[in-house]
Amino acid sequence: MDTIDMTIHGLHQALESKQLSSVEATKAMLARIEAVDPQVGSFITVTPEQALAGAEAADRRIAAGDMDVLTGIPLALKDIFLTEGIRTTCGSRILDNFIPPYSATSWEKLRDRGAVLLGKLNQDEFAMGSSNESSAFGVCRNPWDTTRIPGGSSGGSAAAIAARQATATLGTDTGGSIRQPASHCGCVGLKPTYGRVSRYGVIAYASSLDQVGPLTRDVTDCAIMLGALAGYDHKDSTSVDLAVPDYVATLPNGIKGLKVGLPREYFIAGLDADVQKAMDAAIETYRRLGAEFVDISLPHTDYAVATYYLIATAEASSNLARYEGVRFGHRSAGAEGLIDMMTKSRSEGFGAEVKRRIMLGTYALSSGYYDAYYVKAQKVRTLIMNDFIKAFADVDVMLTPVAPTPAFKIGEKVNDPLQMYLSDIFTIPVNLAGTCAMSLPAGFSADGLPIGVQLIGRPFGEEAILRAGYAFEQATEWHLASANL
Amino acid sequence: MSISVADVEYVARLARLELGADEKEVFAGQMNAILGYVEKLKGLDTDGVIPTSHAVPMENAFREDLVSAPIGVDKALANAPQRSGSFFNVPQVIE
Repeated sequence: MDTIDMTIHGLHQALESKQLSSVEATKAMLARIEAVDPQVGSFITVTPEQALAGAEAADRRIAAGDMDVLTGIPLALKDIFLTEGIRTTCGSRILDNFIPPYSATSWEKLRDRGAVLLGKLNQDEFAMGSSNESSAFGVCRNPWDTTRIPGGSSGGSAAAIAARQATATLGTDTGGSIRQPASHCGCVGLKPTYGRVSRYGVIAYASSLDQVGPLTRDVTDCAIMLGALAGYDHKDSTSVDLAVPDYVATLPNGIKGLKVGLPREYFIAGLDADVQKAMDAAIETYRRLGAEFVDISLPHTDYAVATYYLIATAEASSNLARYEGVRFGHRSAGAEGLIDMMTKSRSEGFGAEVKRRIMLGTYALSSGYYDAYYVKAQKVRTLIMNDFIKAFADVDVMLTPVAPTPAFKIGEKVNDPLQMYLSDIFTIPVNLAGTCAMSLPAGFSADGLPIGVQLIGRPFGEEAILRAGYAFEQATEWHLASANL
Repeated sequence: MSISVADVEYVARLARLELGADEKEVFAGQMNAILGYVEKLKGLDTDGVIPTSHAVPMENAFREDLVSAPIGVDKALANAPQRSGSFFNVPQVIE
């Protein structure tokens, strides 16, 4: 098997048995990035010097017998993760020249285990988007069909896996931004429970919804990455102090008797026929594996997108107030006075989607509208959370589509933001409920585009969805297909 | 309920954004479409429902009050668009 095709656990074995060094693996990845990135656009910044230095250090650790499963593994990060000394843009012109003075906890954890950083990945500006088209650093294309979007906002994180430019990547998920691109690009993507992974050093979009998670080639890799990332961090007061299970050890335990809920609101008319077909086949596979299906209801599903776009934009308008040209980021050259400097810096630095969401959020929080919009949305959020609590009394996991259609064409929805927002209907409720969910490769459309299915777990129930995902993967071969690029 | 260009200008001022004439028109139309969609929440009875501001039940988060090394002036100012000595430089505040 080619180095670029390997999983984390596969590459780990090759490194451990000295068939391969981390420097060799890293060089193979860097060569692959150089060869295909002009077609794909997964990366905003490639860091060959840091990568090779990291790989050499990893090889020394391996030689000394100080080896972890992540030691020497070449990874890449969405450009939303702060990396000390390495430019971090969050896909925005306003952070074009920003060199962070410290690193995100999630990256430090991976780095301390000896992971190698290949570079920083393309994304929608400030993680606002479902197609990666709002990036200020160029189009990112779907490796399965380069006329199509890779999904968003972690588009580069998914495209880099599908294009075999990194062994695994990190993304963030506020309304589906890990799961939807994972589904569109045929990889595994996990959004952990809110509080499971530290967000210290992750540029904030909507703080009550944002969560960090891995995108990988298979479920075993996903379990490895989550195990490395999860846990309390005193630098993030919203991280939860709960023991981290050994996610890899319980993968093979099987799913006999697992109760799988099918929320009837997710099987709506208008679901793409190929997506429906993949769902039906996934249900059949699980039935064969011994799962027990339960018809459940999440009655407030239809209100989730509206709720999300009020809460997320309100929080974003507040979070993005920090970009004012004073302490870091772009400062306008042609301004007179302080307020004008702030206004011009922001107007020059932000793209259209970010401005639109700041405007919506500012409106929703403005005097006279706060109760009608923001507080109302927070109340509906309670109803949506209660739907999940009730439904999880009867089931262990839920099985749903990830996105209503396979990846759409680049440019297809850019002029209709509402249509773009509605494509997040199956992923948004999970963020509002704060629970965990994973996208899993489960088929292809007639046009050869990957389709994922979503497993939703109870809060801090990542073990169950990983185990269910692993069982599915053992019974299918979807995750083994690779884009012809 | 409809957002006018004047409303867009008011919100833009609050958000410290300067929009072009075309942009204001486009945003007014798009905000109307999105806020029109969001109106559906009004049909839900939420009397007595407690608003959720945080997904995981959590009391005050405390940590030990330990002294640790600060980031240092030079590092903190390394990204400053304009710096003088150990300060961020900004245009005159009181005009």
